[in-house]
Amino acid sequence: MIPHDIARGTGSRLRDAESQGLNATLAWSQLQLDAEAARVAEMQATAPLYGMPVAVKDNMVTTDLPTTCGSRILEGYLSPFESTATERLRAAGALIACKTNLDEFAMGSSTENSAFGRVKNPIDFDRVPGGSSGGSAALVAAGVVPAALGSETGGSVRQPASFCGVVGVKPTYGRVSRYGLVAFGSSLDCISVFGRTVADAAKVLGSISGHDPRDATSAPRAPLSGAVPHLDDLKGLRIGLPREYFPADLDAGVRAALDRTAATLQAHGAELCEVSLPHTKYAVPTYYIIAPAEAASNLARYDGVRYGLRKLEHGEGVGALYQQTRGAGFGPEVRRRILIGTYVLSAGYYDAYYRKAQAVRALLAADFRNAFAGGVDLLLTPTTPSPAFKAGEKADDPVAMYYSDIFVCGISLAGLPALSVPVGRSEGLPVGAQLIAPEFEEDRMLAVAQVLERALDGAAEVR
Amino acid sequence: MTWECVIGLEVHVQLATRTKMFCAQANAFGHEPNSLIDPYTLGLPGALPVPNAEAVKLGTRAALALGCKVHPVSIFARKHYFYPDLPKGYQISQFEEPLATGGQVWIESPERGRISIGVTRLHLEEDAGKSLHDRLPGRTAVDLNRAGVPLAEIVSEPDLRSPAEARAYLTLLRQLLVYAGVSDCSMEKGTLRVDANISIRRLGETKLGTKTEVKNLNSFANVEKALEVELVRQVGVMESGGTIRQVTLLFNAGTGTTREMRSKEGSNDYRYFPDPDLPPLVLEPAWIEEQRASLPELPDAKRERFTSQFGLPAYHAATLCAERPVADYFEGTVEAGAEPKAAADWILETVLTDYNESGAFPVAPERLAALTALVKDGTVSKQAAKQVYGELAATLESPRGVAERLGVVQVSDTGALEGWVDEVLAAHTAEVARYKGGDAKLIGFFVGQVMKKSKGKADPKAVQPILQAKLG
Repeated sequence: MIPHDIARGTGSRLRDAESQGLNATLAWSQLQLDAEAARVAEMQATAPLYGMPVAVKDNMVTTDLPTTCGSRILEGYLSPFESTATERLRAAGALIACKTNLDEFAMGSSTENSAFGRVKNPIDFDRVPGGSSGGSAALVAAGVVPAALGSETGGSVRQPASFCGVVGVKPTYGRVSRYGLVAFGSSLDCISVFGRTVADAAKVLGSISGHDPRDATSAPRAPLSGAVPHLDDLKGLRIGLPREYFPADLDAGVRAALDRTAATLQAHGAELCEVSLPHTKYAVPTYYIIAPAEAASNLARYDGVRYGLRKLEHGEGVGALYQQTRGAGFGPEVRRRILIGTYVLSAGYYDAYYRKAQAVRALLAADFRNAFAGGVDLLLTPTTPSPAFKAGEKADDPVAMYYSDIFVCGISLAGLPALSVPVGRSEGLPVGAQLIAPEFEEDRMLAVAQVLERALDGAAEVR
Repeated sequence: MTWECVIGLEVHVQLATRTKMFCAQANAFGHEPNSLIDPYTLGLPGALPVPNAEAVKLGTRAALALGCKVHPVSIFARKHYFYPDLPKGYQISQFEEPLATGGQVWIESPERGRISIGVTRLHLEEDAGKSLHDRLPGRTAVDLNRAGVPLAEIVSEPDLRSPAEARAYLTLLRQLLVYAGVSDCSMEKGTLRVDANISIRRLGETKLGTKTEVKNLNSFANVEKALEVELVRQVGVMESGGTIRQVTLLFNAGTGTTREMRSKEGSNDYRYFPDPDLPPLVLEPAWIEEQRASLPELPDAKRERFTSQFGLPAYHAATLCAERPVADYFEGTVEAGAEPKAAADWILETVLTDYNESGAFPVAPERLAALTALVKDGTVSKQAAKQVYGELAATLESPRGVAERLGVVQVSDTGALEGWVDEVLAAHTAEVARYKGGDAKLIGFFVGQVMKKSKGKADPKAVQPILQAKLG
């Protein structure tokens, strides 16, 4: 297919998704898609992502489409510079298809917190697609694009991948440059990838990975190859099942899907064993101290002085400008996290909250290190405690919402690579299995995920 | 009642790097407002900091020059406050684990002699932009050219006991930092800025009193003056039975008074935490040692060497070493063959005037050395040599050529000298008679007359024996 046709086809699918009310896109235009096609047409057809339309979560800056982070405070903001990830996507021959809807500043687990309306789960419009990268997940699940970029701070790609029945891959922290990713929790933020298949996700991840001198936390390592190592069987592979990730109240459908997954791995020669990650119960509280602390700091720059929303309708002075701009520009969840983050960093509370959370974070990371050091090659867990929940179901209960990330945010705190792969459906709703690898061992988990993908019908009912 | 004054200084020094602390934008002064900006400087969404290796190097060298221990691991931290000239809403600084701690410098106190002052810490940070309140009527303008310029913040121990000591400490600090090549330390350009903390206590008391902070100090003289004013105010408050409140004061150099800027009682909570965008700053111990080894000779060591190696008097050595270019000029002149004491005299008496005016040396050290040689071998008088020196700046001629052109080469030829002596003696018969009658000090008068007659060309050392011989 020539890039021009791809651009046209992508545009028509985006229009269909829009008219169905998926609400997954924030910015795209046929004009921009055609310009992408013209650019790619000049490239060698051997470029790794030649002609692949890729949707991009709207918290990565692009010079040809606005970047809003799903927030009023950045409505209409056009960046003068390009993020490393999208620059590399384009250099690899991909077409940036559109910018996708997200929870405001990536804060949420359901993509209900966007200032521009909630994203629907293409499997069931009454349900959430997960979040915060819900727009990207929904577009891949709806077949609009084969792959999309999302970002993770505490599971924001794996959790929506699980809810939408697509592959979601979070690499090791530092594997992909954060340059141009609008910061939420800088020590956790990780550009991640959705794919219809493991192979598509790996290909995109390979193209955007690798060291970037513009990000001081970028790992000085060569890029991933983009290919998934082929495994005929899983002989000699030890896969650990952390008992804390299979609680008694785990959703029955999720449990059934994970049982089937474990059986499949075993059938392919893998050895399964139970392991323990004893500090797991502290992951969510720890995450909800560290991430908001960093967020409160990172979001201080949205003050109405230099760019974005500027509001001063009554009173005068810079204090009034800040209050009115930030009061009108940030939604309730963002405000809540700024308040939490400001509180935990305040004099007199820092030691009790932020410093203690950092200590617990080190214990969580040690749990994983110990498990791997104990001879386990990968860990297998459910990605989420239940399939996609209904829109509005947890909107008034932030803590319940936070706990939907219970199986994903500990890994983010540890900085490890992990992915979610569809392993079946429960009453029609997708269930994802999570594979967790030691740092920089992305290839290992991708290879095993591909074995599962081939052996299991990810869309088959398991109950 | 006698009061003791306790002063500690916080000094911010801009490091002389080509680019800013965390981005590739230029670190420069005097450009069009907001022309030195980029995504990082503006705090745009998605921009990230990358530490400037040159700034780390200069900060390390500054710390070593101040006798600090440079830590192999230090941490960048965010310091939060909202202000329009702080684009990110936080400043990247260092807090719990600074680059360097535990330094010590020696100063000459006018009251206490040679004393040591502790340097608590030196840490790296980025500068804020500038808010200009006088550009647009009723509005504040923001210039972000300065935002992100690398700074070393140097905090002293509260070891200073008088405003004069504070000034001496600052003078020494500037001297060391300029020597180390880390900053030009100009208060006018704002590359060195001082915040002073001052408190008083009864003599003998060990507990510190409540301190006030004095800001807006634009010269070392004003630091001293502002502290004197604040000292008098604090003593007045205490002696009238009042208490000192912890406040920040602004000094007005025009009126020589301070006024309260803000109360510090509800002090800012900066919510410091380690910057997650920046890994710990790790310096190899070997690299730190390399920096130490490659530091230039510092003023104290140089002064001692100038006294021992060149036999200079302490005053000469201290004056020459006050500024590194002057010391280098002196050594250049000596290397070119000048006698050290003669070179030092020349520099102190003549060259420094030019240097202080223009910041440059109009006569190359080799030419000054050649000129001192002319004085030494009697070719020109010291007086005439100054005339030659005045011409040297504007010409490429050799000092001897200039002396010849000016006709100031001394005559020591006995025939010519005898002629002038004879004429002088013939013209002053009365004085000759008085000399012969025992008024020996008239010899000076005769020498003077010969010099006058020769229009300064006669070599006075040669004239005297001829006079004495002829006067019998």
